[in-house]
Amino acid sequence: MNELITRSAAELAELLAAGEVSSVEVTQAHLDRIAAVDGAVHAFLQVDAEGALRTAADVDARRAAGETLAPLAGIPIAVKDVLATKGIPTTCGSKILEGWVPPYDATVVKRLKEAGLPILGKTNMDEFAMGSSTEHSAYGPTRNPWDLDRIPGGSGGGSAAAVAGYLAPLAIGTDTGGSIRQPSAVTGTIGVKPTYGGVSRYGLIALASSLDQAGPVTRTILDAALLHETIAGHDPCDSTSIDAPVPPVLEAVRNADLSGLRVGVVTELRGEGYQPGIEARFDDALKLLTSAGAEIVEVSCPHFVYGLATYYLILPSEASSNLAKFDAMRYGLRVLPDGISEPTAEQVMAATREAGFGPEVKRRIILGTYALSSGYWDAYYGSAQKVRTLIRRDFDAAYEKVDVLVSPTAPTTAFPIGAKVDDPLAMYLNDIATIPASLAGMPGLSLPSGLADEDGLPAGIQVLAPAMADDRLYRVAAALESMLLEQWGGPLLSQAPELEVAR
Amino acid sequence: MPPEISRADVARLASLARIELTDEELDHLAPQLAVILESVAKVSEVADADVPPTSHAVPLSNVYRADELRPGLTPEEALAGAPEVEDQRFAVPRILGEEA
Repeated sequence: MNELITRSAAELAELLAAGEVSSVEVTQAHLDRIAAVDGAVHAFLQVDAEGALRTAADVDARRAAGETLAPLAGIPIAVKDVLATKGIPTTCGSKILEGWVPPYDATVVKRLKEAGLPILGKTNMDEFAMGSSTEHSAYGPTRNPWDLDRIPGGSGGGSAAAVAGYLAPLAIGTDTGGSIRQPSAVTGTIGVKPTYGGVSRYGLIALASSLDQAGPVTRTILDAALLHETIAGHDPCDSTSIDAPVPPVLEAVRNADLSGLRVGVVTELRGEGYQPGIEARFDDALKLLTSAGAEIVEVSCPHFVYGLATYYLILPSEASSNLAKFDAMRYGLRVLPDGISEPTAEQVMAATREAGFGPEVKRRIILGTYALSSGYWDAYYGSAQKVRTLIRRDFDAAYEKVDVLVSPTAPTTAFPIGAKVDDPLAMYLNDIATIPASLAGMPGLSLPSGLADEDGLPAGIQVLAPAMADDRLYRVAAALESMLLEQWGGPLLSQAPELEVAR
Repeated sequence: MPPEISRADVARLASLARIELTDEELDHLAPQLAVILESVAKVSEVADADVPPTSHAVPLSNVYRADELRPGLTPEEALAGAPEVEDQRFAVPRILGEEA
């Protein structure tokens, strides 16, 4: 294993700046790693070796010419396949978009390119980001580098597995109800969902427009902050983009002092349904926070127990509307119905959507169509929007007493592939702890808290903060990370089994 | 509210959503949707009339951009992903049914 691939992005940036290594070498090392292990992991749907090496060579030339470069210039990155990449196929893990090559870049992608990050390729995901295991990808599941028979979380399992398995030092994920944070928790990586509106959604193929948010997937908190600053900030192409300065996340990492910080433990986000090993690592982390001078307070958010139900009404409703654009007319798949000589556009649309959408997408579109239909709107979608208010009020009340909230990120460690794929309710429970912050538009971060005793698999702790206080996540996470690293004697990922290399 | 959902209901919803489900899919989906609906129906327990709805997490007012020309996609780019193109236009199936 080339030593370069285990380095953090910040370390690689130092090596690049010092001229000890070139971006072409770093990028090639990761492309080699992908070639060696991605047959088994299947983190990528597309690899763009040529494009990545071209960017790397360009950055190397600019550096040699003495140009001032962005902090992450020359560091390769993997991008979730939900973001439009000009010239690189973008499928959202769906057959309906198989082979679609976007004619434009998402703003996040544009910013990565402007900052000089070579894009290694596009990562696997549950179809249209609907799922918590990446098993709902139309192109086959991604496997967890800790145990190839287990799920890497979802929907951004590809991005998390790529970073955990050293296929990429950095990745972009997107989080609608937990799709950055939950995969990070089960793969022992770091994932951040910024405040809603903090990162542009332009070019992010919408699942639920009022919830979707892109963010960093990394192996260190410092790397996450560097990537956060690279992609965040106002974008006139997204009407919900926040026109305010990006929270000072990098500064928060560098001044991670916890003395006097009030940390709230959410009563409703632990206990029944949470695996003992996850709770044990969570309690250990609380002790570390206390030892660093933080004050731990228990807070109750009584409406969080309605979060899952609220989410599974709002999300399908928005998704059923957003996915109506896949109509077989302007892009994507077109399938003609059998046995009809001159089909109408509607018949073609229905046959295309039948052939092009997988089971979870169909399930949610139909659920959303039901929740929005006349006669049921008030009881379902209308009620869910009201409960969304109650959940936001719970957060507001909690943040009057504490600075941040913490909980386990996911209730269980990575489960075996196939265990929950046809049991939607069991699958939905994976997001029980991540959903409340999504509904309230507030930022959240997951970092590894250790390995669960019963199965030796990674557990995650989640930090939540008020809207636009993303820097608090980084302050807490950076302090906790340094204490945990000391305890473990090195990164948690160094305890993962080595992946078998294909010859 | 009764979270009853029959096979016929699912067939009708699928046709509204323009998805041509097979018989097997209808058999499979109807009971699954009933279970999901039963579970999500609990939102009505706390959704009192005096609670205002939240449609968006962050309070927003509408945003306009200046009415100025800016570059867009060329016709070739816009049509590049189309299933069928004719005379620099999207070619689509007939849009009217038999009875029209």
